[in-house]
Amino acid sequence: MKVMLAMSGGVDSSVAGALLRQQGHDVVGVTMKLWGGDSDSGCCSVSDVDDARRVAQQLDIDHLVFNFGDDFNEHVVAPYVRDHALGITPNPCIECNRHLKFDRLLRRADQLDFDAVATGHHARIDRAPDGRYLLGRGADAAKDQSYVVHMLGQDALARTLFPVGDIDKTEVRRLATELGLRTASKPDSQDVCFITSTGGRETFLGNRIAFRPGRVVDTDGSSVGTVDSVEMVTIGQRRGIGLPGGGPKRYVVDVDVPNAVVTVGTDADLFVRQLVVDSPTWNAEPFEGHALVQCSAHGEPKPGEVVSDGRRVIVNWAEPQRRIAPGQSVVLYELSDRYVLGGGTAAR
Amino acid sequence: MRPAAVEAMLPFFTERFANPSGSHRFARDARRAIDEARDQVAGVLGVRPGEVVFTGCGTESDNAAVLGAGGVSLCSAAEHHAVLQPVEESGGAVVGVDATGHIDLDQLERGLNADTRIVSVMAVNNEVGTITDLYTVSKLVRRHAPNALLHTDAVQAACWLDIRAFAPLVDLMSLSAHKFGGPKGVGVLTIREGVKLAPIIRGGGQERERRSGTHNVAGIVSLAVALVEADAEREHENRRLAAFRDRLIDELTARVDGVIETVPRESKIAGSAHVCIEGIESESLLFLLDEAELCASAASACASGAMEPSHVLAAMGVKRGLAGGALRMSLGRTTTDADIDRAIDVVSDSVRRLRRVKVG
Repeated sequence: MKVMLAMSGGVDSSVAGALLRQQGHDVVGVTMKLWGGDSDSGCCSVSDVDDARRVAQQLDIDHLVFNFGDDFNEHVVAPYVRDHALGITPNPCIECNRHLKFDRLLRRADQLDFDAVATGHHARIDRAPDGRYLLGRGADAAKDQSYVVHMLGQDALARTLFPVGDIDKTEVRRLATELGLRTASKPDSQDVCFITSTGGRETFLGNRIAFRPGRVVDTDGSSVGTVDSVEMVTIGQRRGIGLPGGGPKRYVVDVDVPNAVVTVGTDADLFVRQLVVDSPTWNAEPFEGHALVQCSAHGEPKPGEVVSDGRRVIVNWAEPQRRIAPGQSVVLYELSDRYVLGGGTAAR
Repeated sequence: MRPAAVEAMLPFFTERFANPSGSHRFARDARRAIDEARDQVAGVLGVRPGEVVFTGCGTESDNAAVLGAGGVSLCSAAEHHAVLQPVEESGGAVVGVDATGHIDLDQLERGLNADTRIVSVMAVNNEVGTITDLYTVSKLVRRHAPNALLHTDAVQAACWLDIRAFAPLVDLMSLSAHKFGGPKGVGVLTIREGVKLAPIIRGGGQERERRSGTHNVAGIVSLAVALVEADAEREHENRRLAAFRDRLIDELTARVDGVIETVPRESKIAGSAHVCIEGIESESLLFLLDEAELCASAASACASGAMEPSHVLAAMGVKRGLAGGALRMSLGRTTTDADIDRAIDVVSDSVRRLRRVKVG
């Protein structure tokens, strides 16, 4: 097959390239240049592009850089800023997967007559007896990334390869070392690529939106304090909301950005029986019934019953669960916890 | 590289491998090679040998001119980044260009005054091939900015224009050897006699203290050989390649819809074929051309290797969508009739292939 491999300059996509070569595929490595501003760890910094190129040279495959900066701004950075201004906490890495890797790059690959796009994600693509593509958790439970690629539907899955999804991270590093790949001991990337560790989210957003001070009230409506920027407050947060220490632990249980009010309460106040999910996408068909529901990249999946009102999905938890910040990705897995059914974002 | 230019370098890696700044006989031999190269270069450029300074590249020459002049600077928006960046970073003025890439003369005039220290306007644009009317520019600069130095980045000009014709109009001029069949890593800055620049590279005082650092003897000798040869071939090559370029553009516009010639031919050098293709992304087109072993470009690449949207096309007012379909093909002394046939076929086939799938 002719495969376009997305190379971030990390160890997973490096080893993915080596495996694809061993399998006899005709591989071209591509690094996407996404972010033109400050960055310290992300996939767009020049040293990461250098790593990707040097690994490609080692693997004897061509390496190209595609500039998708405009698309990244439009589909990832601008919505990230816009959502925060509305009190929504989005997951930009998931939007990048949705719009850049598995849309823009996939279409570019189609246009250039590639058969598939490969990435270094730890997730698996299997076939069901009826031929349907299944999106499964990676072999390494601790590194599983099915959550961040949950939006892949049948069309995309048919043209996607996850070469390291079947092996665990230790094995990935062992292979990289054995092959002498320069990325063998490179640390995993952790953070949002367009946010620097020195400036952080606050500096990034502060340069782009006008923060508004907010009132902090208790669940009974009484004022208990103020915050400098209501846009920076997230549900479940405990620190940085200007409350005096010593009292009972208080958590943010609601953020009303339009009225600049942050509500705090006890841990128990955070628990809800229901979760509403916007903009669902599905592995194949819309799903209703019992499922496991995961609300963060490495969060524990919890059981619930999924029903649909046609446009949105409602999860009725088996046991009350903590509220999920609006904008976070909610991913539904089969009860076996092996395959993704679909997912969406937590509603307000 | 030109075979003669390669040949000329070789002795300086072996039996003539001395540092020309030394005091022994071998050093004197290397020194003589540089002196002779300087005479040859001065002859082609129409300047005095003492006005020729050898540098490490065109970018260094541009930087040395802008930064060395110091003070208030001004350049056109279509300049190479080697000029644009030092001008912008030192708070200089950037003057717009028209739809053909020519500097806006009214804006230029308004931007000039007695405080202006350096004006830099390129002889030939590296992306779209537009030739600047340096005669008019120099008249404006001399009249409205009497204290200014006039610099021209002539890196793209050597193969196509008779530099003697405009050298007297400017105070400073940059060239780069690899643009005329010489090696990479060696350039020229001409500095008119009497003009003082603060050197950006200091140390041993080579090049009459205008550019320190041990001479790249092989590169300098080779540069001179290449420049003399390019000058001798210039008229013939201009005629030959203009005909090729015209055929390339005419055939492409006839065969493929939405191919727009960026700059009219009468405004540009013969070796430049620049078009913008509607509904096409340069990155995809370049991929297919590369697969077919046709080497072309779109704009300029950033440090990561990604193509950046062209600042030249943006300055010319080309819409971002159309500029995203830029294709920059260069013709030169090795280009043959058969190359043109193949380029026409490969480009038109590739555009057809890309248009089958909707993207973006």
